[in-house]
Amino acid sequence: MADYNEDTKVLEAKARRARHGEWLLATLLLAPNLILLAVWTYRPLLDNIRLSFFEWNISSPTSTFVGFRNYMEWFTRDDTWQILGNTVFFTVFAVAGSMLLGLGLALLLDQKLMGRNIVRSMVFAPFVISGAAIGVAFQFVFDPTFGLIEDLLGRMGASGPSWYQEPFWALVMVTFTFVWKNLGYSFVIYLAALQGLNRDLAEAAAIDGASAWTRFRRVTLPQLRPTTFFLSITVTLNSVQVFDIINTMTRGGPQGDGTTTLVYQIYRETFVNFRAGYGATVATILFLILLTVTIIQVRMMDKENTKA
Amino acid sequence: MIGTQRGTGWRIVGYLAMSLAILFIALPLAWIVLTSFKSHGEIYSNPVVWWPSRFTLDNYKEAFARVAFADYFRNSIIITAILCTIKIILGVLSAYALAILRFPGRNLVFILVISALMVPSEVTVISNYALASQLGWRDTYTGIIVPLAGIAFGTFLMRNHFMSIPQEIIEAARMDGAGPFRLLFQVLLPISLPTLVAFSMITIVNEWNQYLWPFLMAETSRSATLPVGLTMLQNNDGISNWGPVMAATIMTMLPILLLFLALNKYMIKGLTSGAVKG
Repeated sequence: MADYNEDTKVLEAKARRARHGEWLLATLLLAPNLILLAVWTYRPLLDNIRLSFFEWNISSPTSTFVGFRNYMEWFTRDDTWQILGNTVFFTVFAVAGSMLLGLGLALLLDQKLMGRNIVRSMVFAPFVISGAAIGVAFQFVFDPTFGLIEDLLGRMGASGPSWYQEPFWALVMVTFTFVWKNLGYSFVIYLAALQGLNRDLAEAAAIDGASAWTRFRRVTLPQLRPTTFFLSITVTLNSVQVFDIINTMTRGGPQGDGTTTLVYQIYRETFVNFRAGYGATVATILFLILLTVTIIQVRMMDKENTKA
Repeated sequence: MIGTQRGTGWRIVGYLAMSLAILFIALPLAWIVLTSFKSHGEIYSNPVVWWPSRFTLDNYKEAFARVAFADYFRNSIIITAILCTIKIILGVLSAYALAILRFPGRNLVFILVISALMVPSEVTVISNYALASQLGWRDTYTGIIVPLAGIAFGTFLMRNHFMSIPQEIIEAARMDGAGPFRLLFQVLLPISLPTLVAFSMITIVNEWNQYLWPFLMAETSRSATLPVGLTMLQNNDGISNWGPVMAATIMTMLPILLLFLALNKYMIKGLTSGAVKG
């Protein structure tokens, strides 16, 4: 009995020493990554808020404190609402477009088909291509005289709108380009989710005489809900942050703000108009909007999870 | 799933959808590939010439002649290689600490790491640009690499994988006297190879395609990467000269596309496992 106590004591001491060693080791292993994230992600996030209260030419060493003036300017400036509208239009249609097309394709391809894996790789491929390269390529694809789209429309006896002159069509064009690049991501994730579903439920529903549409709406779709929430969060974050496609295709134009989104405005105010303080204000507002949207999405996901 | 009850009809619809999807994705790609081999006259012709009468490499030569395309290639390769090495090492070490080691505040640290995923780079770019400029890092590899080197997604992916490894394997290795590094390199990593490959693939793709930060940092061919150089070529003479621009686009896409074709199974698996497990 005494021996046993001795042993446990030794073991406990050993374990304590190991724990202590683990703490030290963990610090060493995590430190470089944490320092990098602290200096280049969290520090600028906070510093950005400070900057939003200054008027500052990014290349000048001095800046002037202006209080809430940048925010007042944002709320009263004419271009604010158009840029917000552009951002909402782009995000909603980019997210809905790539998710709906991805889901549709995944449903149709969730069966034994020859060459399906090749198609899966192919539809996913644009997702790994540089957004800047795709933007440059699609600038030519949409070229009003020598482009692919014009040729295809011409063959059907139609003619395209002026993609590069009309703000609305320019916005449609960059949204389309985003969907083309990103639909493979939603498709691949939906397909994987479908293949992991419990098929008994759908089969039971079919035996009970439920139509394909009813089975899809009442059985498949609810089972896909976690995937849909996951995608809605990641694709929203992805699309709101689009800079490469817009910078290479339209530079925020035509007619000034035609395709300018919040992200593009941050770049333009800071690095083209040299108003870093105002750029930081837009960046802060963008971050708050994204944070709110993500919190709402996560809340909805939690609610669904507790219901189920 | 619906297909199990539907026979050939549903299958035909499936093949139809497959063909449409291929057409939708491949047509623009084929179009730019063909354009890159056309002569100037055939690119600027109306009606459009689809198939070049003679395949020429002139556009590729011109892309190299017009801008320092070879330099962009070199910069892209060096920056991607260094960044990926750093990120993969940091990601694996962080994941190991967060999944296997026990220490106070572990969950808090984990939340701190993955919350970085929520911070858009556009929000941090202004302050980072000012800091990097102060450090004299503009137009240098250091300036492009260091601010991008922290790793959140890969840490998350590897940590989830390490957590899924049965505790018995880890205990057995420890009983055999394996220290923390032998446990990591000889036990955990060998059985985590698919996830590690997925993580590496995703990292290579992301860093090769990195745009906004290098676009701001790089000023000359000293540090400009391919996507940035492509923009320089595009604006070189006001109106785009489509032949060389399309050739340059293809050259920017190709290395990643080839890598993807070789390893796409791993990459898709990595992305979907991250998604399906939440």
